[in-house]
This record gives sequence, C-alpha cells and structure tokens, in this order.
Amino acid sequence: MNVSTRLFGLTLVFVLLAVFKPGKAHAQIDVFDFETPEQEQRYRQLSNDFRCPMCQNANLSSSPGGVASDLRREIYRMIMEGQTDAQIEEFMLARYGDFILYRPRLTAQTLLLWFGPIMFLLAGAWVARNIIRNSGMKKFNHNRAEADASINQDTYVVADIVISDEERRRLNRLLAEHDDSAHNQDNTGR
Amino acid sequence: MNNFKLFLPVIIFMVLAVFMWRGLYMDSRTLPSVLIDRPLPEFQLRSLELGDQLVSTADLPDGPFILNIWGSYCLPCLQENPIFMAAKEQNVIPIIGLNYKDRDEAARDWLELNGNPFELNIIDDTGRYGIDLGVYGAPETFLVDADRVIRFKHIGVINYRIWEDEIMPAIAAVQAGGSS
Amino acid sequence: MIPELGNFALILAFLLSILLSVIPMVGAERGNLLWINLARPLSSGVFVFLSISLLILGYSFVADDFSVQFVANHSNTMLPIYYKITAVWGGHEGSFLFWTWMLGGWMLAVCIFSKAMPDEFVARVLSVMGMLCVGYILFMLATSNPFDRVLPLSPEDGADLNAALQDFAFIIHPPSLYMGYVGFSVVFAFAIAALISGRLDAAWARWCRPWANAAWAILTLGLSLGSWWAYYELGWGGWWAWDPVENPPMITWLLGAAMIHSLAATEKRGVFKSWTVLLAIMAFASSLLGTFITRSGLLTSVHAFATDPTRGVYILVFLALIIGASLILYAVRAPSLRSEFGFGSLSREVFLLSNNLILVVASAAILLGTLYPIVYQAMTGGELISVGPPYFNAIFFPLMAILAVLMAVGPISRWKKTSPEHLRAQLAKVAIAAVVLGVLIPVLLTLELPLGVIATTILSFWIVFSMLKDIRSKIANKPTVVAGLRSLPLSYLGMTLAHFGFVITMAGACLSSIYSIERSVLLQAGESTDLGAYNFRFEGTRPVQGPNFIADEAVVVVSRGGEFYKNLYPQKRLYTASGTPTSHMGIDGRFLRDLFTTLGDQRENGAWSMTVYVKPFVRWVWIGTIFIAFGGILAASDKRYRQFKVKQAQKLARMAGPVAGNKKSSPVMTSGMDAGGSGA
Repeated sequence: MNVSTRLFGLTLVFVLLAVFKPGKAHAQIDVFDFETPEQEQRYRQLSNDFRCPMCQNANLSSSPGGVASDLRREIYRMIMEGQTDAQIEEFMLARYGDFILYRPRLTAQTLLLWFGPIMFLLAGAWVARNIIRNSGMKKFNHNRAEADASINQDTYVVADIVISDEERRRLNRLLAEHDDSAHNQDNTGR
Repeated sequence: MNNFKLFLPVIIFMVLAVFMWRGLYMDSRTLPSVLIDRPLPEFQLRSLELGDQLVSTADLPDGPFILNIWGSYCLPCLQENPIFMAAKEQNVIPIIGLNYKDRDEAARDWLELNGNPFELNIIDDTGRYGIDLGVYGAPETFLVDADRVIRFKHIGVINYRIWEDEIMPAIAAVQAGGSS
Repeated sequence: MIPELGNFALILAFLLSILLSVIPMVGAERGNLLWINLARPLSSGVFVFLSISLLILGYSFVADDFSVQFVANHSNTMLPIYYKITAVWGGHEGSFLFWTWMLGGWMLAVCIFSKAMPDEFVARVLSVMGMLCVGYILFMLATSNPFDRVLPLSPEDGADLNAALQDFAFIIHPPSLYMGYVGFSVVFAFAIAALISGRLDAAWARWCRPWANAAWAILTLGLSLGSWWAYYELGWGGWWAWDPVENPPMITWLLGAAMIHSLAATEKRGVFKSWTVLLAIMAFASSLLGTFITRSGLLTSVHAFATDPTRGVYILVFLALIIGASLILYAVRAPSLRSEFGFGSLSREVFLLSNNLILVVASAAILLGTLYPIVYQAMTGGELISVGPPYFNAIFFPLMAILAVLMAVGPISRWKKTSPEHLRAQLAKVAIAAVVLGVLIPVLLTLELPLGVIATTILSFWIVFSMLKDIRSKIANKPTVVAGLRSLPLSYLGMTLAHFGFVITMAGACLSSIYSIERSVLLQAGESTDLGAYNFRFEGTRPVQGPNFIADEAVVVVSRGGEFYKNLYPQKRLYTASGTPTSHMGIDGRFLRDLFTTLGDQRENGAWSMTVYVKPFVRWVWIGTIFIAFGGILAASDKRYRQFKVKQAQKLARMAGPVAGNKKSSPVMTSGMDAGGSGA
C-alpha cells in the first residue's frame, strides 16, 4: 500500500513538473496573416477536418510538406476570398473525392455509419429494459439473497495456508457435489 | 429464440472477420480519381519549351493524349521514362508532361540526361494546377480523349506490365471513341 | 551463434507451450492430478525460455550484431545504449517477441498468485493462455522471426531506430501498453475456464476482479502515456487523434471498464454472469483486433509497422479461431449461467447495466467508425472514405456526458432496490449545488456565457459533490475524518478515486479543447509575438550537438505582463544516420496551463517559422488518468481478494465435513444477463 501510494505521488509530481526534452516529426509551419481571429479559427478548423491525401493518416494541419501544404495554402486563399466552409468543402470534394473528408457526408452508404451508434443505443436500451423487467419477475427474496451472499463470502475462499492440498481438493470435490445438488434444486424450483 | 440470441456475437464477429479479410486485399492508398469523365481543367501556365509565353488547353494536341505528372526529384518517374520514350518512338500517342513542383533548370537537366518523351512540358511549380487535377504526388498519369475529357488515370509508377495491361487498352478505347 | 540460441529458446518455449495447452486442460477434464499439476511448471518453463529469447535479442542490440536483420533495421552504433535496449520493441518482430514475453509474464503471475484457487481451475486458465502462446510463437517462427540473419553480407552499421521513437516515452509507453493489453488475456482465460468447467460463481468473480482491475489500470497508464507522448512529440499540440491504431486500445479500455463494473455486480449479487463472460471475451478480442490492425496494414495509420499481407492473414486466422471458438463456446454454455436473483427497476444493478450499455455502445461506435472505410470500400467497389476525429468526437462526447450523469447516481444507489426517495434525498442538494456553481463560476470568471464550459463544470461538480456526500454519509459515525476514511474498504476508495480521475480527465479534455490557442509566426531574431497573456520573444538559434543528431536550438524568451517568465528551447533536429529531420518542442507544463513552442524552418530572409500554443488545463487529461489507474490498482489490492483469514479457513474446514447435511446454502449463483447476446 505504502509503496503504491508513494509511487502514485511520484507519478503525479512527475507529470506536473517534468519538462520533456525530445519531440519528433518535423513540423512544417505555414505563416499566414489573417484579418480576423474568426478567419484564423476557420483555417485551423478546416485544415483539421480534411485528410491529407498523400500521407499515412493525418489531417492537413499536421502533415508536412507536399500536397498538404499546397492545400492549406488553398484553404487560406479561399478563406481570404470570402468563400464559405461549404464552398471550400465542395472545392476539395471535386478534386479529391470523399477520401479527403474526415467527417463523411451523409449519403445512402453512410447512413449506417451516422445512425449506427443511435441504433446501438436504442437496441441496447430495449434489451436492458427487457432484462430489468424479466428480473423484476424473478424470485425477489431479500433474505434469501442475503443469506446466499453471506454464505458465498465464505464458501469458496480456500486458504492454502491452513489446509493441505489434499484437503483442498476434497473440499472442492464436496463443494462441487454440493453445487450440483443445489443447482438441480433450483432448476426444479423454477 | 433465446439460443439464437446467444449466437449473435459469433455471427457478427464472423461477418466482421470476412470484411477484414477482404480488406487485407483492398488497396486503400490509391484514391479513385473523381475527375474521370470530367473535362480537363483549364490552365494558363508557362512551359519548359516556350519560356515566358503562357500555354493553355488550346496548345494541347487535337487528338487523345497522355498527361504525365513528373518531377526531377521523383525516382519512380525515372523508372517509367523508358516506357514513354519507347511509346514516343513508336508514335503510340502524344505525351504531355506536367512538371510538378520542380525547378526549371533541374527539370531541363533531367530531360537532357534521361531523354525527353514529352511533346510539351507544362510547368506547375506551385502545384496549383495539380490540385485542380486531384494530384497528390508524382508520378500520376492521365489519359485525355479528343474532347479534352479525362478517361483514365493511373496513380504511381507505370511498368511494362501496367503499360501493356492497362494503359494500352485504355489508349485503344479512347482512340476508337475519338475516331467515331 | 548467440542469436541462434535465442531462436532455439523460442522454439523450446513453443514446444513447452504446446504441452501446456494440451496436458493440463485434458488433466482437468479427466481429474488427473499429475497432469493438472504440470500447469505451473510448464508455464514457468515457457516464461523462462521466452525470457532467454528476449534477453538474447537485447544482447544482440547491445553488441551491435548487425548480422541480425532486426537489429540492422532498428539500431545503429551511434544509438545511445538505453535506446539500443529498448529498440527491442522498436519494430514489428521484436515488439511481438516482447508482447509474447509479456503473456509469459502474466502466466507466471497467475502461477504465483493463484494459491487460493482450485488447481484444476488454474490448470485450465494456464492452458488457455498456453494456447495463445502457441499461436503467438508460431506466428513469430513462421512469419516474423526477430532472429533472422543477414548472412554472409551483413551490413557494417544499422539503419538506426526510427527517429520518432528516440524518446523517453518510448522506453515506458510500449511496455505499459502491452502489459495492460496482454493482461486482458488473463481475464479471457478465466472466462474460458469458467465456460469449460461450467463454474461461474461469486468466487470466480472474486478471483477475476483483481486481474481485471490490474490489467485495466495498466492499460489506462499505457494509453495515457501514448497520448502524452503524441502530445509533446508530434508538434501540433493534439493528444488524441482517433487513429485506427489508437482506437482498438480505446475499445479494449472501454470494454474493460464495462467488465470491471459488471464483475462487481456478478461478485456481489450474482447477476450479469454470462454478460461478464462475454465482455471478457470481447475485450480480449479487441486487443487481438488491435494487434491485427497494427501489424497487417489493414487500415492506413501513422503508427503501423511495416506490413505484409501474410502476417495479416495469419493473425486473422488466429483471431477467427480463438475468438470464433470462444464465442461458440459462449453460445453453447451461456444458457447454464442464468440468473436466479432479481433486482428492482431502480437499483444499483440497473445503474451498472446502464453504465455497461453506454460503454459498450461507445465501443461499438468506435469499432464501426474504425472499420467502416473497409466496409464502404467493399460495398461500393473501391470508393474510399475517411472516418476521422470529427465523427468520433461527435459520437463519443455525448455518450461520455450521459455516463457522467449516471456516474453520480450509481455509487449512491443500493443493491437490489433503491427507493426514488432515497435518491432524491441524496442528490437533490447535490444537483442544485452543481448547477448553481457550475453556471456561476465560469460566468464570473469569464464574464461570458461559455456553454461548453458550463456543461463541463456542472457535470464535474455533479459527480464530485455526490461523491463527497456519499463519503460523508459513510463516515458520519466515525470520530474523525481520517479514522472514517481509513475505515472505508479499499475497493470503495479505489472506485471513488477512479471516478474522480474520470472527472479530471473529462474536465481537462473539454476545457483544453475549448481554451487552447495557437499562433504561427515568422520571426527574425529579436522579434516577438503575443499570445494570450504571454509574449514570446525569439532570441535566435544556436547549433546543438546530440549523441546521434545535430540541431538548431531556438531561444524563446517568454514574458508575462512585461516581466520575464521563462526561456523555452524548441529544436529542429537532424538525425544523422537516417537523415530524418524532426521537431522537438519547448514546453513549459504547469498545473493550469501548458506553453508549447514548435520550431519550423529558416526562410530565405533568415527568419524562422514557429508556432506557439497556450493550452489551459491540458495536463489534467493525464493527471486524471493517473487517478483512474491508481484507483483501479487500489481496488485490485483490496484485501478481500488476497487475504484469507484463518477464521474463514476454519469455517471452511468445518464445512467440509458435514456439508451434505447443510441444506440452507445455495452457493451456485447461476445467473447472468438473459440476453447476453446483445453485445454487438
């Protein structure tokens, strides 16, 4: 306990204070002048939402060089020309297709993608409701359950320090038999 | 019914596994071009041959032609150059070069050293026209028909096999279409 | 010669694991004690030979034996010694050996800490893990042997470790991530052993919980370290990218979280049994899926190892065999795990069920988003689509918000049945306080109406206040607070700590994404730029020589309100062996905000491009995960999982005699969620 508490403390201090030395992957930085903070914000947002067509899997803003930097320049140009986000997206789509959008368009083929999670949630909620309802119909005997719980606390805790291996095996065998008989009783009880 | 429910996880898992297995053999790196069957985008660019005089779509060959995106920095371009040289000698089809994000002198030296299969070398030093073509790196090869419509695109290096199996049939189809 | 010994040790480990996967399993089936008792020695043997193999690979790195292909590809004579050693997991082959060795380590741990369990159960667990070992080692021997040689023309020097990996975090992130990841195979083996033996009771759950908690806690740390690493290394200030390689560990983490909650209900109340087992299988399946995605090149990712379709096919076949067989076993055996006990429609069971629902839906949604591009491509005949952070954030954050709402209620509710009055009495004041303070504090601090921030603070206060109220009512009858806290069981403290960590991480994630600002500028030496309350003055660069790189180091003087605050030293490095340029951030990390600077390139006019960031609260993301992980470990170390009091043992010894006459007890808690198949 004490060791782990100390480790925990140390880790916390470490995260708070450590100033890390290295850092990798050379960043190529574009320097653009924006007239308003909103334009700058849109530029960052857009270059985060488009995927670099050439790189492994990265958005335009974190991709070095090549076509990514050309595309960032185009985004900047279009923002400064006053084009809307929708127009810029249209520009990208017309040249590179759906691949470039990190936020897929809602089409017939992406219905499952966009509505899947809600379907999962509804289906799960329906199943959960059934479980809760079925459960409410089951035997709902507090005392019985408590008695079982307290017995369970002790039943399967088998300490090797006190009893020998052979005793333990015998115990397990007995308990297993006991389980079976209890199980049968329960089945008939249903 | 209840028992069927218990088999649902394994069924879903198996469906996913089939998709993943198919996914192993699918190419997810080569973007399908959205420009197929679209007109070649307009441009006003310099060329290696004509100095400061700007060229446009009007300066392109009348019939079908190949538009090859290349750069002197691009090793695969060196690999496919002999194929284009051979095609030029046999007069298969006119080949236009788009010198993509390169320096003029480097491009000229490269052509002198390795041979120039291109009738015209359009200069796209900023990569702006490349964006209009949906290019994301040299080499890429377009096949344009007599109506200036893009009919075929190959991304990456062309070797003899690809040339014979894919490019030549596409050229034949475009030339047949153009004469009718 | 020495690498061949490593290969030989690997083959021996392979042979032993074949024995391990067969003999104890058959022995447990037939009740053959000798065969059952072989499980522990065989597992130890597998571990020993895997260790020898790993040590020899490490030695080959230290000794610069470039005749070994893997060493030649991932090391260099100039590489510092600590990276030479850790380069063992710097590529596909070595990292897979390391992964397999981790499995061996977990097997050894099971051998040692399983004295309280019946031997035949342990035999089955170890046997299942042995089967995994067989698959992993066969994979190495067949497709990716780390000891493959380049003979006779061995290279003079190695190609160097990937520059992006030469970092302190690389030393600790993969081991912790792998350890957590592989830890789920222990829980998986427990689940399979339970299905085979048909024995799934409260005792099983109690044996299982510390392993599940430990694996999950370590995975939490591993993920957190990875995220932290990405943050300070990649140079764009992000800490989670929803990359296809990051997603499976996240799925494993979420399913693991669901599992430890479901296990609690299984242990305490004997419900959700088959569901817990299914979660254990799915969590493990997601960890294998992660291996598959990383090593097959199925999805394009920034992290992927150099890939090869044969490897992908092998792993997929292995995945299909193991998981397919497990799920079929599950479908066949689950009907015997029915629940007998009911619970009210308002009870802790119901809240745990809701927790599981949210976590599993989140996992399923992430899986859907991760695999959707493949499905789309197959369906449309080659069309490509990208599913990225905008999608995942849109799905994940609302689900986590629902989870946060429930998180305050669950721990306060009671098992079996909770009255609405009880909840109302406990939570009415909490809710009012959370809403009032959650609105007031951000509004007063910012003099605006920042909706995202208000939502974050309300949810945070909601959880924290309900937690405090619960603790207060639990220790109300103790003389002092300290005595009260000491009287609380560790598992309760662990849960509370982990929930508190969730709040911190959630707050950090939301607030930093709302308040982070950045600016990219082109600066000549002596020029400066303002960002937020800070002024960054660029003093110029100086050359720096590292062990295997050269760098330009910028001196950036940060001042605040005209007063000098601190110097930051971002670098642009060139790793000489591989010729890779990299950026190296200058970071000032504080509790409430990080300053973050990235050096770009020198332009024609001598000016340097650089980006400066101010990222408030970003550190909370990782601080929170430390609380979560520590909470998990604390709960795992609750003494009821390991200490077996003499008193209890005596009771057992007494029971062993007259058990036949003992009618009252019915320890078989044959239960489970009836519709266990809802997991997908």
